[in-house]
Amino acid sequence: MPLPRTIIDKIWDAHTVSQQDGHPAIFAIDLQLVHEVTSAQAFDLLRERNLPIWNPGHFLATVDHSIPTRSDRHIILDTQAKNQVEKIRDNVKEYGVPFHDFDSGKQGIVHVIGPELGLTQPGMTMVCGDSHTSTHGAFGTLAFGVGTTEVGLVMATGCLLQDKPKTMRVTINGELQPGVFAKDVILALIAQEGVRGGTGCIVEYAGSAVEAMSMEERMTICNMSIEWGARAGLVAPDQTTFDFIKGRPYAPKDEDWDRAVAQWSELQSDEGAEYDREVYLDASTLEPMVTWGTTPGQGIGISEETPYVVDFPAEEQLTVKKAIEYVQLEEGEKIEGTKIDWAFLGSCTNARLSDLRIAAKMLEGKKIADHVTMYVVPGSEQVKAEAEAEGIDQIFCSSGADWRNPGCSSCLGMNDDKIPEGQRCISSSNRNFIGRQGPGSITHLASPATVVASAIEGCISSPVSYFAS
Amino acid sequence: MPLPINDLDTDQIIPARYLTRIGKDGYGEGCFRQLRDQDPDFPLNQEKYADAQILISGGNFGCGSSREHAVWALKDYGFKVIIASSFADIFYSNSGKNGLVLIQLPEEVIQLLWEKIEVDPTYAINVDLDRQKICLADDSEYDFDFDPFRKECILKGYDDLDYLLSNKEQIEKWLSAREEDLFYSTLEPNR
Repeated sequence: MPLPRTIIDKIWDAHTVSQQDGHPAIFAIDLQLVHEVTSAQAFDLLRERNLPIWNPGHFLATVDHSIPTRSDRHIILDTQAKNQVEKIRDNVKEYGVPFHDFDSGKQGIVHVIGPELGLTQPGMTMVCGDSHTSTHGAFGTLAFGVGTTEVGLVMATGCLLQDKPKTMRVTINGELQPGVFAKDVILALIAQEGVRGGTGCIVEYAGSAVEAMSMEERMTICNMSIEWGARAGLVAPDQTTFDFIKGRPYAPKDEDWDRAVAQWSELQSDEGAEYDREVYLDASTLEPMVTWGTTPGQGIGISEETPYVVDFPAEEQLTVKKAIEYVQLEEGEKIEGTKIDWAFLGSCTNARLSDLRIAAKMLEGKKIADHVTMYVVPGSEQVKAEAEAEGIDQIFCSSGADWRNPGCSSCLGMNDDKIPEGQRCISSSNRNFIGRQGPGSITHLASPATVVASAIEGCISSPVSYFAS
Repeated sequence: MPLPINDLDTDQIIPARYLTRIGKDGYGEGCFRQLRDQDPDFPLNQEKYADAQILISGGNFGCGSSREHAVWALKDYGFKVIIASSFADIFYSNSGKNGLVLIQLPEEVIQLLWEKIEVDPTYAINVDLDRQKICLADDSEYDFDFDPFRKECILKGYDDLDYLLSNKEQIEKWLSAREEDLFYSTLEPNR
């Protein structure tokens, strides 16, 4: 009898080309997504070593990070950003990498377009020069972020050098309360385990709550794996996964589809398979979550108060004190009711059609508070087109929100969409680091529903009343 | 240079607005930019640490974004070694590929180093990568673990690409057999 294996072991074994003693494994990568910020120096590596790209059919490029999202986005005012976007256009042409540029109908945030095109498939290994590559793990894909040197290694050889990571299973059981979403689940998990809780591990998310989730919700969970230090996070594929993929442009069809589903169905952790660590979370008792500080682990239930510095271990106190000072809150202050200036609905965590539908339903017939600026940034051109076909864009515009073009936008302060200094933003994105959304800006992470409730009230607010049956 | 903060993320090491460059040089001016701008006493602003080559920080150093620019920024600023009680995975991997030496030491040793530097900002710490030891002025030594493959690379000026290319034939054979089990090519949709 072979030893029972986890899904992580199975994908690892199936991609290990060789493993010499005292050396990391040569590990094969099936698909690499490429964007403008972390690729220029990688293409340069190919140039320096005079190497071709090993097989362009395993790469897909787009632009998302440094682009404007206003209506005239073709005009990039920042000359360095413009240069960077033109650089990727030149590079993909020179190396023959398929590229989804503006107005192709397929441009968008890398982690939104992979799944919507049907390219993200179970059992694959995927990398991208972006730490939120873990998003694709929702499909039972081993997907992780890499640095630019590794982007270049995969371009040159289709492989990376990897040490076998530890495995962890997170079992999330229970039914979510109305108004509580996948985003709240992952924020609660990170608050429970801390931002280093997953370091060195690949995490399998399992349990009844995860099984009940849509693919979009699973993507939100897997997306934030890196925020508690995990190398990657994944969910074993099931009928929900197969139904999502079927019929998408790059999905297998006919006999290939049957063969694929048979192969993908094998990707379950065997009974008795051992993990290096097991973690549990009861989803049924959760309330909407919001972060108070400057790491994604500094989250609390929306009815709770900010913590007291003295309640933390001695070695954490200075870090916590600096965080609470930066966000300009008092210790022991109720988080609900904190006045906000901005609301951001977007990012690879929460900018898919399902997120926009929830937001639009809440906003219908309502206005956002006068003093709040709200950006709604769809994750891709396809999401934008679908939302517009449903008339969702009109709801956002009538409510006073700004309906924009797809991109990473205000999630990270590297394009025009920076949150101004000293302003407080409630955000559906993934990071509340110091200055993340712009120098001196303050971020509170929350679900799209909490972002919308807060934008309407003008202060951090619970969305629960919108979902009471 | 002491930097006694935990969870220093790569957005703080190099803010995103510096990432639109397309080369590997010149990131030093952006290194810890916001922290430097908002706090005149931030260690990088203090003349007494101007020549520091070793940065000593708290746990989970380099968490967050995968940007290799964080490593380029630290190197460009002049750091050769980072000592911390733990490091985030992707930052750890990126550092190895650029010859930035990361040393993980127990919290109590880091605390001791911070105290020594507090007393004497020019306190010298010698890093012997070959023997994997930190040597202090009072002749005390502390061992550290270091990935053997990474050490070989740094000491011999060898890199991951050299290693992969030396196994090129085996890799190509493996990858071509793998095509059988894949159901896509990005070159054209299946419909």
